[in-house]
Amino acid sequence: MEKRLILRGVLAGALAGLLAFVFARIFAEPQIGRAIDYENGRDAAQAALDKAAGLPVDPAGPDLFSRTVQADVGIGVGLILFGVAMGAIFAVVYTVCLGRVGNLRPRTLALLVAGGGFLGFSLVPFLKYPANPPAIGHEETIRARTGLYLIMVVCSITLLALAVWCGQRLKERFGTWNATLLAGAAFAVAIGVVIALLPPLGHLAANREHYGDHATETPLPLTDPHGRIVYPGFPADVLFQFRLYSVAAQLLMWSAIGLVFAPLAERVLHPAPAVRAAPAPRADPMGV
Amino acid sequence: MSSMSTPGSSEATPVVLPVSQAVLWLAGTTILALALYYFIGVDQGAVSVFGRDMHVHEFVHDARHFLGFPCH
Repeated sequence: MEKRLILRGVLAGALAGLLAFVFARIFAEPQIGRAIDYENGRDAAQAALDKAAGLPVDPAGPDLFSRTVQADVGIGVGLILFGVAMGAIFAVVYTVCLGRVGNLRPRTLALLVAGGGFLGFSLVPFLKYPANPPAIGHEETIRARTGLYLIMVVCSITLLALAVWCGQRLKERFGTWNATLLAGAAFAVAIGVVIALLPPLGHLAANREHYGDHATETPLPLTDPHGRIVYPGFPADVLFQFRLYSVAAQLLMWSAIGLVFAPLAERVLHPAPAVRAAPAPRADPMGV
Repeated sequence: MSSMSTPGSSEATPVVLPVSQAVLWLAGTTILALALYYFIGVDQGAVSVFGRDMHVHEFVHDARHFLGFPCH
């Protein structure tokens, strides 16, 4: 049983990743292209300033893959494999939840687990450390940023699981509705504390030292030694669009995982309705 | 969707899989999925199992940005 569920989770994940790739290719890649254009222009302006000041100019590193490969193939492989990974984890959680989280139909449970995956893996970490296009993110802070992001992912998943567990325990005393509200409120407060405690990326020591006191790493306008702006800050519209599409793609991916997996799981869990219906099917006017 | 009238409450929570028996498959799947998550999102960035090589990082570069992972 668990093998068949996992296989279906992986399939649903791959399909969801493919959908996310199509979405990303159409909507995100133009924004990524604009971000890279900004980065190249800024690097050129910085190089000109350095040259004028007599500083050594860093030669750009070689490109291992062309932009075409990155934008047409790399992002596709990345998103599909990510979908496979999420679909597999989704199926594991679904299998563990089966019959342990109250009176849920297989399809309903699929949508709820997918919703939890979207919240835990994607949306909640995004609230603290949103996705950034190329050109945003300092190389010297990659370790700290990755660590903080993964802490945020682990905290949101752990607290979400705890909230579900608490909700199950509270259900008998308060009823499903109130227990769900209480567990949801507890999750919001707990993750709110984590979000408040973790530092903004701009406050990392290396950033404070080199760039001053800013909340994020988003590039500010580049100025020459006289303080005149020679290159603008990162375009706000590109940043907004990129982040909007990033959340939208995750929502699309998790929705697809839930919606594709739901009927497949139902067929695994309730095989051949004809066989079951044979011994005196009950009349049920409210049945779906 | 089945056209049969399916009894509501008896449809729900049909199976409780004994996790103790399925544990190998569940744990194995989780480990493989987390490894995939790591290679798409993290490897050759903050930490790297292939040393200073950047091929994985550069190949999935756009996906990494778009999925919200920190990138250089």
